[in-house]
Amino acid sequence: MTLENKGKFLLKIRTTKEKFIDQGFKSFSFLMASTVSVVLFAIIVVVFLESLESINRYGLNFLTTSNWNPVTDEYGAFTAIYGTLVTSIASLIIAIPLGVGTAIFITEDILPEKLRETIGLMVELLAAIPSVVLGLWAIFVMEPFIRPFLMILHRFLGWIPFLSSQPIGPGIAPAILILVVMILPIITSIARDSLNQVPNKLREAAYGIGATRWIAMFNVILPAALSGIAGGVLLGLGRAMGETMAVTMIIGNSNSFSWSILSPGYTISAMLANQFGEADGIQVSSLMYAAFILMILTLIVNILAQWVVRKLSLKY
Amino acid sequence: MKVSSSKTSLNYNRFSRRNLIEKLLSSISGLFTIIAVLPLVLVLSYVLIKGGSQISLSTIILEPEPPGDDLLSAGGIGPAIIGTIIISSIASLISIPIGVGGGIYLAEYSKGGSFSRFVRFGTNVLAGVPSIIAGVFIYAVIVSTKILFGSMFSGIAGGLALSILMLPSVIKTTDEGLKLVPDNLRTGALGIGASMFTTVIRVTLPAAFRSISTGIVLGLARAAGETAPLIFTALFSRYYITGFGDLFYEMGSLSVLIYNFALEPYEAQNELAWAASFLLVVILLMMNLFSRLISNFASDK
Repeated sequence: MTLENKGKFLLKIRTTKEKFIDQGFKSFSFLMASTVSVVLFAIIVVVFLESLESINRYGLNFLTTSNWNPVTDEYGAFTAIYGTLVTSIASLIIAIPLGVGTAIFITEDILPEKLRETIGLMVELLAAIPSVVLGLWAIFVMEPFIRPFLMILHRFLGWIPFLSSQPIGPGIAPAILILVVMILPIITSIARDSLNQVPNKLREAAYGIGATRWIAMFNVILPAALSGIAGGVLLGLGRAMGETMAVTMIIGNSNSFSWSILSPGYTISAMLANQFGEADGIQVSSLMYAAFILMILTLIVNILAQWVVRKLSLKY
Repeated sequence: MKVSSSKTSLNYNRFSRRNLIEKLLSSISGLFTIIAVLPLVLVLSYVLIKGGSQISLSTIILEPEPPGDDLLSAGGIGPAIIGTIIISSIASLISIPIGVGGGIYLAEYSKGGSFSRFVRFGTNVLAGVPSIIAGVFIYAVIVSTKILFGSMFSGIAGGLALSILMLPSVIKTTDEGLKLVPDNLRTGALGIGASMFTTVIRVTLPAAFRSISTGIVLGLARAAGETAPLIFTALFSRYYITGFGDLFYEMGSLSVLIYNFALEPYEAQNELAWAASFLLVVILLMMNLFSRLISNFASDK
């Protein structure tokens, strides 16, 4: 800066107060960002610590026995773990073709765009309906409606262990169906986004060498969108495992173990919702142990989902 | 080269195997779409018709009656409406400052460092934590320890549990909304001598306001419909709150009311559950559509 310019410019130096606010704001936002990790960490640690008593007492037997008796203080969560796995995996098997099929239908130009957008919006609004309302609907409308069909299923396929009991009302099968309704929007909207992100060039090139719509879909577009779809499916699985209210209301809440999906059962989250309020002593700790198992399961699935999206999306 | 056989005709043959398979696959995907949309139509029509017919002024205002007391009337859902509003407000009061602050740090201060990668990862993982685990956590930390001035089940504990569920969606949309703000605005503001604080508060945050508010509304809508974290944190109460101190006691909410009354053997209570469902679904759908409206405005700009 030359001497002539001196006086024409007013060089303002920030006051201490301004600097303090600036620095303070940065620290504040840093603190808030750390809070997320702290909360996540705290959840894992707290649930683990609370379940220690039960872990020490029952060890791995907790996972393989299914007696749950607060009077004699014997606890085993096999029924609930089986219920959690069977409901989430079965609902996923049904929801994947439905969700991906819907996503394909609304990303391809089979229908006019306005109509497709409306369908997409409707599927997403399904996610806005609270789980407890779906549970209410499942109890009073869906379950009575599907019971005759389950009866028929039982009569003709009763020799399969999974269908070996009479459907008597609430049970694992209606819970699976309501879970399908709950994870469908997740799978559909993520599959739709990843299909939309496939570069148009790929599609045009496929059409150019003579591929039809579905040949291009199966050989070019779906493989390119696979990472996103797989991520969405895993997120859906995580959601299905942890879903509580609708399942609690319709699964029948029975701790006696049965392979059959037509009989009442339990999931870990339903067990928590049902018993946590009235439990004390070692029962609380055992419920915490079950919660810890659920959390580990969902953590693995969610971390896997993020890994899949990162790993597979490098290809395109 | 001579094109001779009729097989290589360039005319579109709608009965060729290839074209039939195409049609079949398109129809199957169309069928799947119908099946996917069906639940929404069925649930909505049931809730709107069955719940809507129960709605009257007295249902909205009255306190719910204890089940079995009066077989004809179950009272109303007034306290539950207020409770849902209070608990969701507490959740927002906690999660919005944390979420927006954290999002600002991720997008503005640490661009791509290992800390921000870790926080983003943590946010995604937290978003996948089952809602009931949030309830269990708050129960262990606040309810069973009576850390809040000796109160156990309380509206505040419920709000805290919901804030854990809201937090990831707020932090994520703030982060992503701020990342979409063009860097020109930032460098421009910093270039004319604004401090980082002024830049964020006066320039980038207002520019990202719409996408952030979309995320907040969506997060709030998700939290307001949650039941699982409330059933053993806020519990349930049949009475209106009468003062500030009642925040430290059990508090009713629409979702817990639906859960409790759906499982009652009395028809009057069941019908009240349908009425509460109607109200809850209408509010949540409006919040969802409203947030879509905001984000549509944002993309028009």
